[in-house]
Amino acid sequence: MGEVVEPGVVLLAEGLEHSFGAVRALAGLSFRVAAGELYGLIGADGAGKTTALRILAGLMRPGRGTARIAGKDPADARSGVRELLGYMPQRYSLYGDLSVGENLRFFAELFCLDRRVFAERSERLLGITRLARFIDRPAEKLSGGMYKKLALACALLHRPEVLLLDEPTNGVDPVSRLDLWELLYGFVAEGMSVVVSTPYMDEAERCHRVGLLHGGRLLLEGAPERLVGGFEGVVLRVTGDLEKVERQLEGAGVIAVAPLGGSLRVVVGAEAAGPVEAELRGLGAEVERLRPNFEDLFLARAGGEGLPFDRAQGVRAEGAEEQRAQRGEG
Amino acid sequence: MGGAATAGAAIVVEGLGRRFGSFDAVREVSFGVGRGEIFGYLGANGAGKSTTIRILCGLLAPTAGRARVAGIDVRADPEGVKRRIGYMSQKFSLYPDLTVEENLDFFGGAYGLSGKALAQRIDALVAEVGLEAQRRVQTRSLPGGWQQRAALAGALLHDPEILFLDEPTAGVDPASRREFLALVRRRVRRGVTVFLTTHYMDEAEYCGRVGLMVDGRLATLGTPAELKARHVPGAFFAVRAGRRADLLAMLPGLDGVLAANPYGAGFRVRVDPARLSVEGLAARCRGVDAGAEIEPAGATLDDVFLQVVAGGRA
Ligand SMILES: Nc1ncnc2c1ncn2[C@@H]1O[C@H](COP(=O)(O)OP(=O)(O)OP(=O)(O)O)[C@@H](O)[C@H]1O
Ligand SMILES: [Mg+2]
Repeated sequence: MGEVVEPGVVLLAEGLEHSFGAVRALAGLSFRVAAGELYGLIGADGAGKTTALRILAGLMRPGRGTARIAGKDPADARSGVRELLGYMPQRYSLYGDLSVGENLRFFAELFCLDRRVFAERSERLLGITRLARFIDRPAEKLSGGMYKKLALACALLHRPEVLLLDEPTNGVDPVSRLDLWELLYGFVAEGMSVVVSTPYMDEAERCHRVGLLHGGRLLLEGAPERLVGGFEGVVLRVTGDLEKVERQLEGAGVIAVAPLGGSLRVVVGAEAAGPVEAELRGLGAEVERLRPNFEDLFLARAGGEGLPFDRAQGVRAEGAEEQRAQRGEG
Repeated sequence: MGGAATAGAAIVVEGLGRRFGSFDAVREVSFGVGRGEIFGYLGANGAGKSTTIRILCGLLAPTAGRARVAGIDVRADPEGVKRRIGYMSQKFSLYPDLTVEENLDFFGGAYGLSGKALAQRIDALVAEVGLEAQRRVQTRSLPGGWQQRAALAGALLHDPEILFLDEPTAGVDPASRREFLALVRRRVRRGVTVFLTTHYMDEAEYCGRVGLMVDGRLATLGTPAELKARHVPGAFFAVRAGRRADLLAMLPGLDGVLAANPYGAGFRVRVDPARLSVEGLAARCRGVDAGAEIEPAGATLDDVFLQVVAGGRA
């Protein structure tokens, strides 16, 4: 396979295919990420995000296709690519009996940080994660979200050129999520490239570009506001007797229903919008059209009625391999 | 609040506390949950939510105060509590190497169910959570949202009257989250009480009442509407920004702006309508970002959370 080096492109996935047994996790995934770009990989559970990130991190070779980080093969340990690359897997193990501070120091040594750089970065990260007060607590005694944030802090001590984050904010509270995103914005402003997968659609909207992964390949790609701008469905705010409204909405053409303050946010296909609005008004409900957001688009294009099961299998990040990689032993 | 802590209440908590060494993970927490209510228990990481749940499920003894769950004192009879409740833990819910069916078999055994009765329960639950086709699949190969549905089935095996769900939808995609919540709400309509923790504020909107924990204490409690009126009064606007950093620098200092927090590609701004009109806000935003768009928006529980936990930030 010829080397694909393009100016400005630091991460390249070209025609990635991968199967686990009979299950196709990736079916021709292609995307590229530029220096200083924040790219979101968005998709339903089991759409192939973790498999893609593991291939790009060099933890596994794709059945077919090419992955390149700065023109190099991430699976080739001798290419020097590992120095350029940071990866945080979805499930991350720390040393449970080591304290917060000891875990951070352990990773600083792995990344060969000098003392001053470590002091500066760890202070900032402890502030952002609000773990400074708990620096002496063993990791195994942290709450679920605190543990996740410690894992993130350890991974972010390192400032690689390309950072791959697999659902870094699961279980993280809303305040820390905001702080972490400000940190990521700071990184990309300094030229780092970040690829992040997330189940939070407000985070998807924060990316420069997103790829919407479905069935192992990209269904849509572009700047989130542009993708939302092209959304053809209609979003309604419905106020009234919500039980009655919800029962009425069980019919066809309704893509999603969610609470919105004391009202409901209802996403409907374009053709169904008129009739649905009329029916709801018939029930005495107040109906108002809203501007769509990324979650609406996601629900319409990638979510909803029974995910085809065959996308699901085998794509979870498992075990020892990841942990070795995160400790830099890969 | 006090009103729910009556004879018919599903959960009554009075002055509850839990200390680990010299650290108070939960302190002086009091509240009541009525039967058939969905009660949301929110808070920052480490605020004490899971610790409270473990106490209420009879898994961890409190070091102060009292709690009655389904009428049973958790300290006096933790085993009695366990028989009446279902629990989905934040950390562990299924054996990954076992199939859906094997997991349910195993949990059923733990609840003393067996034979035909257990088989029938499993059939009914697998149908309820929509996993008939996945019965013989190892749970590790199911997508996250489906695993959580299997775990929900496990928590429902002995037909509990109260369900404790500790972040059941963490990491689950938006469509699967909705499906999960729909299953839970269906149970609630049949009279089950739900105690839910989540970091997805849109899910908390489904709760009858919401308690917000800060550093081990219950900082506020009320219906979603009450909490919004209490903590984030004013008018909300969604601001879509082209020049995000410039707006972020300008907004917090603007007279009449009570809070401005990033959300998605833009911001949510809370203003005092007596001091700043929509037109005024729009003009100031466009002054620094010609492409800014301003749209009226209602308060959300995200806004409440940021206000109570982080003092509104901006
Ligand atoms: N065995 C223990 N020893 C010491 N501290 C503990 C122990 N168990 C929990 N804690 C501490 O108690 C506090 C509350 O933890 P808890 O798990 O209840 O938080 P939480 O609100 O569920 O957070 P999250 O949103 O992250 O799940 C944390 O500071 C945690 O480190
Ligand atoms: Mg917890």
